[in-house]
Amino acid sequence: MMLAIETIDLTKDYRFGFWRKHSKRALDSLNLQIEAGQVFGLLGPNGAGKTTTLTLLLRLIFPTRGTARILGTSFEDRAVRARLGYLPENPYLYDHLTPEELLNYVGELFGLPAALRRSRVGELIEQLGLAESRKVPLRKFSKGMVQRTAIAQALMNDPEVIFLDEPMSGLDPLGRREVRDLILGLKARGKTVFFSTHILSDAETLCDQVAILSRGRLQGCGDLHKILRLEVSSTEVLLEDPAPAAMAELQPHAASVVRTGDWVRLEIPEEHEVPKILEIALRHGVRVVSLSPVKMSLEDFFLAKVSASRDATKEEAVPLPS
Amino acid sequence: MPQRRKQSLSPHERVNEMTRIGSIAFHTFKESVRERVLYNLIVFALLMIGAAILFASISVGVDQIILVNLGLTSISVFGLLMAIFIGIGLVSKEIERKTVYVILSKPVARAEFIVGKYVGLLFTLLVNTSIMTAGFYLALLYQKRGLEWHDLTALAAIYFILLELALVVGLALLFSCLSTPILSAVYTFCLFVIGNLLSDVRWFGEESASAVLRKATALVYYLLPNFGNFNVITQVAHGEAVPGYLLVANSCYALLYITVLVSGAILIFEEREFR
Repeated sequence: MMLAIETIDLTKDYRFGFWRKHSKRALDSLNLQIEAGQVFGLLGPNGAGKTTTLTLLLRLIFPTRGTARILGTSFEDRAVRARLGYLPENPYLYDHLTPEELLNYVGELFGLPAALRRSRVGELIEQLGLAESRKVPLRKFSKGMVQRTAIAQALMNDPEVIFLDEPMSGLDPLGRREVRDLILGLKARGKTVFFSTHILSDAETLCDQVAILSRGRLQGCGDLHKILRLEVSSTEVLLEDPAPAAMAELQPHAASVVRTGDWVRLEIPEEHEVPKILEIALRHGVRVVSLSPVKMSLEDFFLAKVSASRDATKEEAVPLPS
Repeated sequence: MPQRRKQSLSPHERVNEMTRIGSIAFHTFKESVRERVLYNLIVFALLMIGAAILFASISVGVDQIILVNLGLTSISVFGLLMAIFIGIGLVSKEIERKTVYVILSKPVARAEFIVGKYVGLLFTLLVNTSIMTAGFYLALLYQKRGLEWHDLTALAAIYFILLELALVVGLALLFSCLSTPILSAVYTFCLFVIGNLLSDVRWFGEESASAVLRKATALVYYLLPNFGNFNVITQVAHGEAVPGYLLVANSCYALLYITVLVSGAILIFEEREFR
């Protein structure tokens, strides 16, 4: 399978201070391999390095160390950008232009012939629901409409790889749904979509693979479904109104016990304890309503990785001997 | 150290290069002509040229000198204001508003962006100066009830004003790659003022007893843009022809200086990071 994007030891330090003597590492040795035709989600809290990664790949900023390849070509090769689309976070567009004018301008920058430009502008305006506002200057647009126009400009050249930085931001539920459908539509057409988000449900719905960044470091990367399946955290046993004697025997094996009405939910952390729980329940004549492995949700995985990264950072911050 | 960038262009890309510069220039022009401040300045310039008729009519014997002097000075001053007001926003506004993200994520070289912006604003100034020139000749026609061939010598002065404005835009472009719009305006204006006084600066140096001062003023004289060379308004107003060698020398000087300024702007812009 061909790699659409590959980053090798990609690192970025930002310099600051009057003499720019201080530096802060925004991205630390990022190694990613993204296959063509996938929807790849870059997840992380604010300041994790998601936008830094995207702007590095688009050459809006330059790496301190490391390199990247996009569609088999070095990311330094400007020609490869003719095959890419990019939606910046909170996009700012030329507000004196109408969507039609903006898309035409972008088409010119891609060197598209006039006839192709016209047909692409028409298609995208229809596809993104901009038909009624095609002649309205962007300064009169709502945030959601600006976002739609920005997505349209990212697709003007029918790109093979599309970078979307927080594509759902500023959109209402309907708009989010439309963008989700759009991303799935792009995937169906064999496009590679690389998007950053901190909205985990979007990643769960859309992504084949995810990478989790925290404080510039990669915390985990891989097949989303594998990550969720492999990380089975516990087993949940739901019992109907167990007697106090049964509860006394069950409680030591459970990590948590939650009673809701007649039902009691036990969380069993160790898998080998489950037969013992069942044996106690049967012995006391307690009805077992359900028994299910609790898969780690993406949110749990995300929080676990981020907090582990924070702990590691604290440990590293050992004060220097005086 | 940030890594240097390599660019490899296919022959097809080379052909597209000019198209992209043209497209950026056209959109810069389009954006500039939508600036309200531009229209205000043109109206003020035309009013000033109109007022020159009034001043000329009350100046016995020197009416034409007054009209030409005031008319050309108005074109120069308002052209300068337009060049600074719009020139400083050329790049810094794009960075501030982050519209540059959309452009530079396309297969657009940073040099193409800078050259396109420069050409676009130059074209805007050309159009505006043409409008003001038309106003000036209308005023002259009204006052003289007819035009003569030697009235066309004013075109040489207007051409020099255009060269001067092209230099000012180059300075504004360079500073706007480095600094905020307000500081860029201040730097550009200061250099324009100093550039008009360079002959005096050198004269002071030559009159000085200190060899260091003589060398320092000579260095400043040769290094900074000499705007004084472009001012032939008084000569033209007095009916003197502009010598051919001055046309060639000023054109070459402006071209060389503009090349240096735009190249400097490109070098700075190539290193800039947008985050």
